[in-house]
Amino acid sequence: MSATTYAWLVIAFPLAGSLLIALLWQRLPGRVAGVIGSSAIFLAFLSAIGALVQLQDKPEEQRHLVSSLWTYVATSGIDVKLDIYVDPLSVLMALIVSGVSFLIHVYSVAYMSGDSGYSRYFSYLNFFVFSMLLLVLAGNFVILIVGWAFVGFASYALISFWYRRRTATYAGAKAFIVNVVGDVALVLAAILIQQQLGVLDYTRTFERAPQAFNTNEWVIVAICLLLMIGAFAKSAQVPLHTWLADAMEGPTPVSALIHAATMVTAGVYLIARMHPLFELAPTAADISAGIGAFTLVFAASVALVATDLKRIIAYSTISQIGYMVMAVSVAAYSAGMFHLMTHAFFKALMFMAAGSVIAAMAGEQNIDRMSGLRRAMPFTFVMFVVAALALSAFPGMSGYFSKDEILALEAERGSGFWILYGAGTLVALMTAFYAFRMVFRVFLGEPTPEARELEQGHLAHAEPFNPLTGEREDTDVGFPGPEHHIAERELGMKVPMAILALLSIFAGVLQIPGVDHVVENFLDPTFQDSRYAGIEPATGINVLVLVGGAVTSLAGIGLAWWMYVRRPGTSLELVRRLPRLHRFLSHKWYFDEAYDLLVVRPMLALGHGASNVFERFVVDGLMTGTAQVVRVGNSVVRSAQSGLLRNYALLLATGVTGLALYFLVVSR
Amino acid sequence: MDIGWYLVLSAAIFCIGLTGVLVRRSPLVILICLELMLNAGNLALIGFSRMTGTADGQVFALIVMIVAAAEVVVGLGLIVAMYRDRLPMDVDEMSELKG
Repeated sequence: MSATTYAWLVIAFPLAGSLLIALLWQRLPGRVAGVIGSSAIFLAFLSAIGALVQLQDKPEEQRHLVSSLWTYVATSGIDVKLDIYVDPLSVLMALIVSGVSFLIHVYSVAYMSGDSGYSRYFSYLNFFVFSMLLLVLAGNFVILIVGWAFVGFASYALISFWYRRRTATYAGAKAFIVNVVGDVALVLAAILIQQQLGVLDYTRTFERAPQAFNTNEWVIVAICLLLMIGAFAKSAQVPLHTWLADAMEGPTPVSALIHAATMVTAGVYLIARMHPLFELAPTAADISAGIGAFTLVFAASVALVATDLKRIIAYSTISQIGYMVMAVSVAAYSAGMFHLMTHAFFKALMFMAAGSVIAAMAGEQNIDRMSGLRRAMPFTFVMFVVAALALSAFPGMSGYFSKDEILALEAERGSGFWILYGAGTLVALMTAFYAFRMVFRVFLGEPTPEARELEQGHLAHAEPFNPLTGEREDTDVGFPGPEHHIAERELGMKVPMAILALLSIFAGVLQIPGVDHVVENFLDPTFQDSRYAGIEPATGINVLVLVGGAVTSLAGIGLAWWMYVRRPGTSLELVRRLPRLHRFLSHKWYFDEAYDLLVVRPMLALGHGASNVFERFVVDGLMTGTAQVVRVGNSVVRSAQSGLLRNYALLLATGVTGLALYFLVVSR
Repeated sequence: MDIGWYLVLSAAIFCIGLTGVLVRRSPLVILICLELMLNAGNLALIGFSRMTGTADGQVFALIVMIVAAAEVVVGLGLIVAMYRDRLPMDVDEMSELKG
């Protein structure tokens, strides 16, 4: 089979799985839905490997394949087919998405069992994987937008998965609304491209763009800025980041899959995919890199003070995507994609470990209430530490090589890009600190009652409650199920975590500066037309970055150790000394408050105004006014309608007689 | 015979029917009077047909009879429905369409 046939299968399997579960959900006993869902994703992963093998068989210059199933729209000037575009970049994404998704599906089989929405969960999750694969394999802007909107819906459905939780449905609506801002920008970008170039498929767009636009012409800058807004909404970059922290209302495996490993990196993929356009608009690319750097610092600073375990990891995700956006915006494409891959591994692992911790705490997510879980949960502890080491770029771990390659390429570009390098290094320190803040506060220290009970072999069972508001809940459909599952007791959770841990440790060997460039060489056919292709960091810069990265990472971990293990209480002292800074950070730089003031309240006021004033006086007034006019006008005619049959007959006879006489007279 | 006599008879029957429709209150009688009016029309048609020596008027008369038959079916159906609902057999009582 050819590479494109495999690629079609990659898309088809998750769709089939989703439909199968959705149609049969009433007849699927126990964990069958989970098994069907996982197998569908596994088949998709195998197909992705098939596509990879077939693609590597071809000579380098032929590794761009386009395949169309049928024509979607063919009308005057618009020609859209159901295209997929298979090249190293899309195959790499398909491999990451299907591979990580498969592991998270397997984890979910155990983690979600007992939930009343079990089959619905897997149907949604398979649908998400289908949409994400459609997005990465799309061959034109229309299919891209379709996939883009589908993942938005899947994200919404899974954030609001526990739909009887009010906070969850609000969070889902918020994610959807913020994402629609990005969708609209993306649609506008596609319209501009169609209007300027007359085509919508990638191949011809990238061919025609360099002839049609001068560098930094306003149209191409506008197109790229619109694409950037679309990418930023999906990838939770400032100022469209507010939804991601709230998206943690979804089940933890969903946070691992959609809101850490795959969907939120779609924006990074989009910028990398559109690199021929972004290179024509260096202004837009610079703006994007600047925002990426700002997001990086902002999100890391919020993660320093957040107390909700999942929200800390969510802000960490926002911050790490900042690295990737910064990388792909300064044409360090393979470095950005490499970090995307390693981040998918260690962040998914970190969420899985966090899910296990939350289960052990019977749904509690506040790290202030966690402590000393190390002895009760040795496996989870090891997994969390591996993920935290990779996240804090500990020397030798995957995160070390991927993050430092980005920083090296920023430094290599020189001049203003040193600022980005500086931001990246500062954040590396903060990242190491907050990663180990979690480790030390959750796993070390005096064991909590739950931890002691677990050491005795009893899993804590609290009354079901909303971890955010503390509201009481039941365990029926629409709320989390009655059972909690920790990795120590479920082989199905252990195995995927162990695989991801190995990947988090060893994936770095794919690309060690000065030794090998596996990812870069693999992606070369996609990015060889880039005008920045072939830029390599000088040896001096490589050494500087690698040594600097190791020092910042160790310093951050050391600082966390000093503050939370050696001298516990230092952090409280800091909060007491710097109350303003702490309030500023724990309110997430007041972004939510600002949106509330600038967008939500005016919109609500507008809505109330429309319903109370416009609706009542203008719309109602028009309606009742029309009715009044008609009523007055018809009062004359109405008196003729006596309701007496014989009256009507008389009128008829008189009328006919009258007419007959008239014609008689006239005909004379 | 002169066409005039036919037309006089036809007009007389038509007027009798019309008067009946206007003055009687029983729906059944009104229906009968309507038939009178229709047949007065038929008589005129046939008279003209005979005068011109063509079949056109007779064909018209046949069609009028068919329409009249259909109309009687509907009319009698209405009357039976009224009877079943124990409504008064008086068209003046049925004035709900008063505007």
